[in-house]
Parts: sequence; structure tokens; C-alpha cells
Amino acid sequence: MPAIQETVDQVSQIDVDQYKYGFVTDIESDRAPKGLSEDIVRFISAKKNEPDWMLEWRLDAYRRWLTMTEPTWSRVHYPKIDFEDLYYYSAPKSTPGPKSLDEVDPELLAMYEKLGIPLREREILAGVEGASDRRVAVDAVFDSVSVVTTFKEELKKAGVIFCAISEAIREYPEIVKKYLGSVVPVTDNFYATLNSAVFSDGSFVYIPEGVRCPMELSTYFRINERNTGQFERTLIIAEKGAYVSYLEGCTAPMRDENQLHAAVVELVALEDAEIKYSTVQNWYPGDKDGKGGIYNFVTKRGDCRGDRSKISWTQVETGSAITWKYPSCILRGDDSQGEFYSIAVSNGYQQVDSGTKMIHLGKNTKSRIISKGIAAGRSDNTYRGLVSAHRKASGARNFTNCDSLLIGDKCGAHTVPYIESKNASAVFEHEATTSKIADDQLFYCLQRGLSSEEAVALIVNGFVKDVIQQLPMEFAVEAQKLISISLEGSVG
Amino acid sequence: MNAEPRILRTQAEETLALEFAAARTQLPGSPAIAAARENAFAAFQKQGLPHRRTEAWRYTDLRALLRTVPPLAIGPTAETSTLADPLPGLDRARLVVVDGSFRPELSDLAGIDGVTIRPLVDLLQEGDARIGLQVASLNDAMVSLNSALMLGGVAIEVPAGVRIERAIEIAHVTTSAVASHVRNLVTVGDDASVRILETHVGPAGSAYQANIVTEATAGHRAKVVWAKLQSEGDASVHLGTLAVTIGTETAFDHLTLMIGAAISRSQTFVTYSGENARAGLFGATMLRGKQHADIALSVDHAVPNGASRELFKAVMDGRSEGVFQGRIIVRPDAQKTDGRMMTQGLLLSEDASFFVKPELEIFADDVQCAHGATSGEIDEDILFYLLSRGLPRAEAETLLVTAFLAEAIEGLGDEAIGEAFEQISRNWLAARGQEAA
Repeated sequence: MPAIQETVDQVSQIDVDQYKYGFVTDIESDRAPKGLSEDIVRFISAKKNEPDWMLEWRLDAYRRWLTMTEPTWSRVHYPKIDFEDLYYYSAPKSTPGPKSLDEVDPELLAMYEKLGIPLREREILAGVEGASDRRVAVDAVFDSVSVVTTFKEELKKAGVIFCAISEAIREYPEIVKKYLGSVVPVTDNFYATLNSAVFSDGSFVYIPEGVRCPMELSTYFRINERNTGQFERTLIIAEKGAYVSYLEGCTAPMRDENQLHAAVVELVALEDAEIKYSTVQNWYPGDKDGKGGIYNFVTKRGDCRGDRSKISWTQVETGSAITWKYPSCILRGDDSQGEFYSIAVSNGYQQVDSGTKMIHLGKNTKSRIISKGIAAGRSDNTYRGLVSAHRKASGARNFTNCDSLLIGDKCGAHTVPYIESKNASAVFEHEATTSKIADDQLFYCLQRGLSSEEAVALIVNGFVKDVIQQLPMEFAVEAQKLISISLEGSVG
Repeated sequence: MNAEPRILRTQAEETLALEFAAARTQLPGSPAIAAARENAFAAFQKQGLPHRRTEAWRYTDLRALLRTVPPLAIGPTAETSTLADPLPGLDRARLVVVDGSFRPELSDLAGIDGVTIRPLVDLLQEGDARIGLQVASLNDAMVSLNSALMLGGVAIEVPAGVRIERAIEIAHVTTSAVASHVRNLVTVGDDASVRILETHVGPAGSAYQANIVTEATAGHRAKVVWAKLQSEGDASVHLGTLAVTIGTETAFDHLTLMIGAAISRSQTFVTYSGENARAGLFGATMLRGKQHADIALSVDHAVPNGASRELFKAVMDGRSEGVFQGRIIVRPDAQKTDGRMMTQGLLLSEDASFFVKPELEIFADDVQCAHGATSGEIDEDILFYLLSRGLPRAEAETLLVTAFLAEAIEGLGDEAIGEAFEQISRNWLAARGQEAA
């Protein structure tokens, strides 16, 4: 398989703990003063030219947040975050709302080029020759601001709205009002409430009834400024019978201090709609001694509101000092389906506590969880998941498989599934295994002439294959490379 | 914002505080034990009754379930047990503990020569250092409460090399609506072999509360078979804890059968202290009506080359709730650990619930650990097959449920005890069948 060879080559080229997205882009930015107060919330809202109802919504969230305490139940350890020592808003100064790519700061474009983001249409076309149906529309979020969205016109023709959420609040207030906070309530949890108060930007997607989105939609998130927290908010709505596939990628510069990323993602699928949400998360994980890195505390939830709707989460988590997220599905509609495919790779001093919640409310709802955790170095990798069937969820069905692979004897792999069945006809199956790479597998590869690093890359790629297959093609290759890079230096 | 949320003391916690204050001077024990009681009660008070946010007790919210606390049982009563033998036909020696106190005159100690049996009260008076050792690091509120209020129970010592064929039963009998806190101590020496039975019974309709903590150690190359039958009265609360440490090349097989009580929780903590030890941990739960039963298990592989097998089966009928929380911990140096845990729930009624949390916590890389969990109802296809063979529905269901539970009961590997326990499951199913008919 060429992809594997590519992985192997990539691994051999790279030095230990080299993070290739660790550059800083020198762009003047516009920041709110440090700290958090009602004034800051008002400042952010004013910066975004938001209507009054939105400001009220934020202020409500902020007041609520003041009464909440930080959750401590997860298996992650970090020094207390000083929420007063963060900048809650940072925007590249030169982009007060670009109309086209030409207006965008060339520094920014250069950065995106470094990131390898296919921002320009021609690059996309050049990238995937002759495959015009594989185009990707991109929304790029830089620190707190959505910088540019491509393919807008073409999407508009199909009736698809794909824009920054700040724009959607101004342009489509009725839709936003109806759905914002309807999946992840303002009061959901500490970080979601904080996000509701100070979220700066993010993507908004609306697929009208019966429309199959003509291309993949993609957002790239980038934290650039020092001491900033990034609080993006994504809202995706698929009307009856609609389909959309959405990709998300994240990077950040290398910094000594830890930075906070507390996003909220809400998905709403109405009758017969399908949303496929893929994430390749590659925030800066910290250096080899565990210094610096992003705290990735994210609330992601999808609501299968309509009958026969489907939401599928796929995530490849290789970055962040701490990852703490549980993309979940509320299976409300009868016959609705939820899926969760995850690869979580941790190395160095990374900590991952991730998993999903499948909440079966409707009849004959189905869910499937495939989670592959790979722990190396001194990292801790936890799968935490809930599968529950409520009284009325007759015929609910779940299959869960979570496997962990340990590389090295200083790391930890943990599995914490919660299974709650209140319905006799709900059938739940859960299986989990933890092991290291078997000596006989390794031996087989070595005696075929592979080096031990190549052998590990091969075996790991086999281990995660079930999940990689769920990713859109462009991401699959990138994800495979990422996994190998993340595991660099863990063998031998 | 950072202050611990203030939790109001419940009525039950209030009562316990008053009871402890009144009883502290009367409770048996050396000055060291008395001091330990004070510390334990302080630890209990700090945590309060376990509640939904106490992760280890997540599904058994005692703060909500224990509204009141009956009076504390203090000292032996004149009452002689008139309760029926829960395991008729099973030959065993019997150590009878009534309302929290060991009653030698009711006990049958034949056929266990070489084993030392003493009332725990004596050890408390002597300030035996073994008391509290196995539970020292558990940090469990109900175990702390037991450490504060523990009264009697038995101490069984099987010296090194002694092999006892006859099973030894610790029969816990409650006769009236009291709260009893029993502590037992079981010490099995190197190369020794013993079969322990732990039974718990009480009168129907009586809202008594039994909190039993048993501390055990099994020496090197010892062989221990341990079976617990929880068949308490239908209005009672049963909280049972077994904390055991096993040595090198020890074989420890344990079975819990949960059938009685309104609210029950059985916790087993197994710690490996020597290499190449093997533990088999099995459980069968049968619930009906509004019963709530929780089995909690923690297997701590602290040393390399340990193996553990866990198989837990639960059958829930009526509006009952079954809970299983299992945890396999593999410490950083416990290489070559082999742990396998399986939990299966069978819901016989629309209103029953099953909650499972099988946890793996692994810090060593060269291990093989797996767990599985399933929940569902009786397979219609299999049932149809039996019906088509002419079996009445109730009988077909009984057959399938018996087979479902048998796997766990037989896992113990002790034929006599297994047969006696299977009879209990058959009786339970027969009673269910009659209700249906």
C-alpha cells in the first residue's frame, strides 16, 4: 500500500518531537484586554456587530458560568487554569471581513500554504486532478475570527449556507436562534457555558431540505496568538433528507505555556438527513518534556432529531497536551443512527480522555462505536463512553469495540464504558481489549526485511484501519501520516 | 466558585452521628482500636453516605436510598435463629453470627480440626494489627462506617499447610430491625486449602441493615474457594465488602449470588501481592419486584504474571435494577498480566434496568486485558425453537435463564457448592414461573 510506504518514509525523515505546524505567523492582531468580565463579553459581541438578543444570550451564559465549578471527574491532570490570565478575543487586524481571497493578508495566505490547506480553488483542482467532484469548500478560523470561506457562490446555488457563525448571526438570525444552544444547552457544562459566553467565531452550515451538499465542507482552526483561548462554535443543520460531509482540522504554534481551546459543536439532523463530521485534531501537543501544548476541552454533540436520520463522528486525535472530548449522539428520532469512529494517539506527556455518548431515546435506534487508542511514551489514553437506552427505546441496538495498544511501559491505557439499559429489547454489546504489539507480528515483519520502525508503522496502520476507512480520502492519507509522526521516537 | 459544594447532612447521616456518639464508649476494642474508630468515623463523616457523584457508587445512591437508619445492634442478643437453612443438604461447618455478634453455642465446628476460630471481639480487645489492614486504602464511606461501628464477627485462621475439606460457613443472621456492622477476619496460610461459604439471611418484611466487612489474606500457593450467598429479607439493606490479598501462585475462586434484600451492594477487592497468582471471580444476580442489587469488583494486579477471570451474570425481572461495576487495574510493573472480564445482563421485563461499568486501568504494556458486556432480552429465535419442541413458554424461559446463570455459578469449580447455588436459582425461577401461571 503506497500510503503505508509514505508513512514509513515520513517517519524516517523526521526528528523526534518535531511539530511541523509550530511556526508563528507574524500578523498584527486586535485583542481584547486580558481577563473575563461582562465588559469583555459585550466587547466581543460588539466586535461582531451582533444583535441584542445574541448579547443577552452571551451575558446569560456568562452569569451562569460564574456560578459553575470546573469539572474534575476526568482522568487528566493539569495545573489550574487562570481564566483571568487569558485573552478571550484576538483577530487578525488586517481582515475586517474580506470579500475575496485577494483582500486577505498575504502573510495569512502564506501561513495557510504552510499548513497545506487547500484554500484556493485552483489548488484544490490541481491537488486532485480530474476529480472535480472531490472539491472541498473551506472556512478558515484564525485565532478568533473566521478569515475566509471559499466556494460560497457555488454552494449558494445549491442552497447551502456555509459561512462564519458571526455572519450567520447577522444574516440568518431566525435559523441561528432556532438551533443555537438547542443541542448543547447554554448550561450544559463548565466549558460549554464559557464558550457560550465568549465564543468568537466558527462555522455555520445549513443544508436545505432534500439537498445533498455538492462538495465536502471543511474548516481549519488555527491558534496563533500567545495567551489566547480559542472558543469556536460550530452549528450544522441538515434539513429533511439533506446530506453533508464536514471536515475539521486544527493546528497551533509551539509555545511554552498551555493554551485553552474550548469549542462547542452542535449538529442537528432532521428526518432522513445525514451528517458526517470528521476531525483531524493536531493541536500542538507540547514538547518532549511535556511543556506547553493545547488544552483541548471540547463539547461536541449531534441530535438525530428526525426519524431515520444519521450522524457519524470520525476523529483522529493526535495533538493537544490534553484532549477531553466526547462527540455524542442523541438518537431521538425513530430508526435514527449514530456512529463514532475514533483514533486517539498519545505520546510524550499527552493526556487523552475521549469517547462518546450514544443516548437511545427513539425506537429501533442504532449506534456503533469503534475506538482505537494508542498510547506511547509517558502518555495516558482513556476511552470513556456512555451507551444508554431509555424506557421507550425499544429495539435499540449498540455495538461497541474499543481496543487499546500500548507502546512502551511508561504509558497507560484505560477503558471506562458506561452501559445503561432501561429497555429489555435494547441489545447492547461491548468489547474492549488492551495489548501491546504482539511479538510474533513484529517478528513476522522483521524477518520479511522491515526495520522495527517500519514494522510498527505497518502494524499500527492495520490496527486503526477500521477507522481510517471512514475518513474522506484526503483526510485518510493525512491522518495516516499524522499517526506515524505522533508515534515517532516511541519505538526501540 | 472554588469552594466545595456544601452538602447538607441527611437525616440518616444525622442519626449515625448521634449513634456513634452514644456508642463510642461501649464499642469493644483496645485503645488503638478505639482511636481507629474515631478516625474511621471522621473519614465517613467527611464523605457522607455515597451518592450519585461518588463515582464508585454511581448507580447506588445511598444518600437517596437510605432515608432512615434502624437502631444499632449492640452486643449479643438472647435471640436464637429460627430461620430456615438457606443451603439444605450442603455439608459444612457453621459459624453463626447473629445480629452482629458471633454465637459459638449456635455454631457447628466439627470436621475443621487445625483451624483456629475466635470471636472477633477478642481480637478487638487485643488490638490485633490485622484488623483494618486490608481495607486501609479503600477510601470507601461504608467501609469506614463499618470500621467505626464494627462489633463482632469471626476470625478464622487456617495455618500453613492445613487442608480442610469440609466447607466453613460464616452464617450472618439478622433477627430484627437493627443496623449491624460485622467484621470478619480470614487468614489462610501458605500451602493451605479451604472452602469458605458466606451466607446472609434475615426475616422478610423487616427493614434491617447489615454492613459486613471481611478482610482476608491467602498465603503463597494457597487454594481458596469462596462462595457468598446474599439471601437477605426482602425489605432489608445489605452492604457486603470482601477485601482480599493473594500471594504467589495462589488460586482464589470467588462466587457471589445475589437474590435477596431490597437494596444490596456486594463489593470485592482483590489485590495480587505475589506472582503467578490466579483469581476467578464470578457472580450471579437474580432480581424481581423493586429490588436493587449492585456488584462492585476491583482487581488490582500489583505484581507481574497475574491472571484473572471475571464472569458476571444478572437476571432482572419486574421493576428491578441490576448494577455491575468492575475494574481491572494493572500497575506499572505488572507485566504479563492476563485479565478477562465478561458481564451479561438479561432483562425479563419491560421495566427492569441494567447498568454496567466494566473498567480497565492499565499502566503496563506487556499485558492481555479484555472486557465484554452485553445487555438484552431472551433471544426470540431460541425461545421459538423450544416452543416448537413443545415446551410451555414458562418452562422454556426457565431453561434458558438457568443455562444463562449456570455458566457463572459453575465457574467457581466447586461441585457441591455449585449444585447448592444452582438449586437456589432453580427455586427462584420456579417461583417466577408460578407467579406467571
